Amino acid sequence: MTDLVNVAFNAEGFMTDPTQWTKEIAEILAKQEGIEVLTTEHWKIIDYCRTTGLASGKAPTLRQITVGTGITTKDLFALFPKGPAKKVAKIAGLGKPEGCV
Amino acid sequence: MKTFLVLGAGTAGTMIARKMASKLDSRQWKVVLVDKDEKHYYQPGFLFLPYGLYTEQDVIQPKRKYIPEKVEFIISTIEMVEPDQSRVKLANGQTISYDQMVIATGVDIHPEQTEGLLDGGGWRKNIFDFYTYEGAAALGKHLKNWDGGRFVVNVVENPIKCPVAPLELLFLADWWFTKRGMRNKVELVFATPLPGAFTKPIAANALGAMLQRKNIHVEADYNIGTVDTGRNVISSWDEREIPYDLLITIPTNMGAEFVKRSGMGDELNFVPVDKFTLQSPKWENIWAMGDANNIPTSKAGAVIHFQMETVVNNILQHIQGKPVSHKFDGHASCYIESGFNKGVLIDFDYNQEPLPGKYPLPIVGPFTLLGETMINHWGKLAFKTLYWNMMLQGIAVPLPNKFSMVGKQQLSAGVTSD
Repeated sequence: MTDLVNVAFNAEGFMTDPTQWTKEIAEILAKQEGIEVLTTEHWKIIDYCRTTGLASGKAPTLRQITVGTGITTKDLFALFPKGPAKKVAKIAGLGKPEGCV
Repeated sequence: MKTFLVLGAGTAGTMIARKMASKLDSRQWKVVLVDKDEKHYYQPGFLFLPYGLYTEQDVIQPKRKYIPEKVEFIISTIEMVEPDQSRVKLANGQTISYDQMVIATGVDIHPEQTEGLLDGGGWRKNIFDFYTYEGAAALGKHLKNWDGGRFVVNVVENPIKCPVAPLELLFLADWWFTKRGMRNKVELVFATPLPGAFTKPIAANALGAMLQRKNIHVEADYNIGTVDTGRNVISSWDEREIPYDLLITIPTNMGAEFVKRSGMGDELNFVPVDKFTLQSPKWENIWAMGDANNIPTSKAGAVIHFQMETVVNNILQHIQGKPVSHKFDGHASCYIESGFNKGVLIDFDYNQEPLPGKYPLPIVGPFTLLGETMINHWGKLAFKTLYWNMMLQGIAVPLPNKFSMVGKQQLSAGVTSD
């Protein structure tokens, strides 16, 4: 059983060390964000964000996700309701997307 | 003869062209500045146009007035940059080869990115922008005869130029409708993709409390999907509908089209640069300043002022074949006009979010950070004079470039200033 005791978070609930991330942690964080089950479609987006986020050091913005994965904004909102970019970043163990400065 | 080329003669382009013309040896270098437009806009002043506080002559001056004689100024649209050849093609047929180039072509609004916004029939009828002179002036005309209803301000997506301007427009609306004796006929709504009033928690709390005090409703985490101009309703992707009588939109902000055509931009046509040096990581003779680049700080004129010295020094080092060693700290400073002749000031950088306190000096200020004062308001108004007469003319503005914690109160997130 994985728990979040040893995982570091900032005040806004984003993990501060992306290397601590595991798929199990992602599942717990998803539940906290109101997503009960992570489907293949969810994982496709999470994997994309992990890959690009770790390469650039920044969580991708909403527009980067739609341009990068080809998913429509509407579908992305269906998968990650409310703020998808922020939600995926949280679940993927990345920082807050820098679109908001 | 070597060429120092600057694309865009707005705030950043005009300032860097002047600086470099004074630093580079004119026997070896010529400085060339290109822009499509002859008019220089004082963009922070657009906020005041809708309420009749500023007029055209406050915000528009001829660009040539601020460009020194030794800078060659060309008016033309930019067709394409060929960065591998260090060459720029202009729409007027000219091709310019450069040795060093600064891209400072800013951002523009793109209402066509949102369904129904530009093409639904409501544009400049009961839908306005205020990030262009034409939009702000048209909104001013409309407001004169507007008899009240739902006044909805919507940010389509971030990042936007001057992230506090939408709040200021609302604060001023509260004041203006109160003054006209019709505040009770107007509902003020702010629909934003952010979780609250601002991006950083402490300022978001303080500004959020101000919105509440002024009876301005915030619809947070709101990502607009479509505008239904038949029903006068905007809908978000998560299907929240907001009816409006007057919609003031801050459309998607994007960098110049030629950046995209030249394959030099990110998904919003911003030019990627190193956030500390402002040099392109791909082409070392290319730099991007002001709103045109992708650095994670506010897109605002004050940021340009704070980054100028760093960039000038880095370019000079680079030209001399030395490694670039000057680092921009992301320093941003914004006067937030809050209505009733008061204002709020915020000051922050890449690492430190806005905090309450005094600026630029501890205790004496004279400006108060994250608190509403009349002096902050006068600071905001004085900035126009400072801009036209000092910043653009290359006269040193007495505000320190480097961000400093002096005068700021150390707080942790979740604590408000009041």
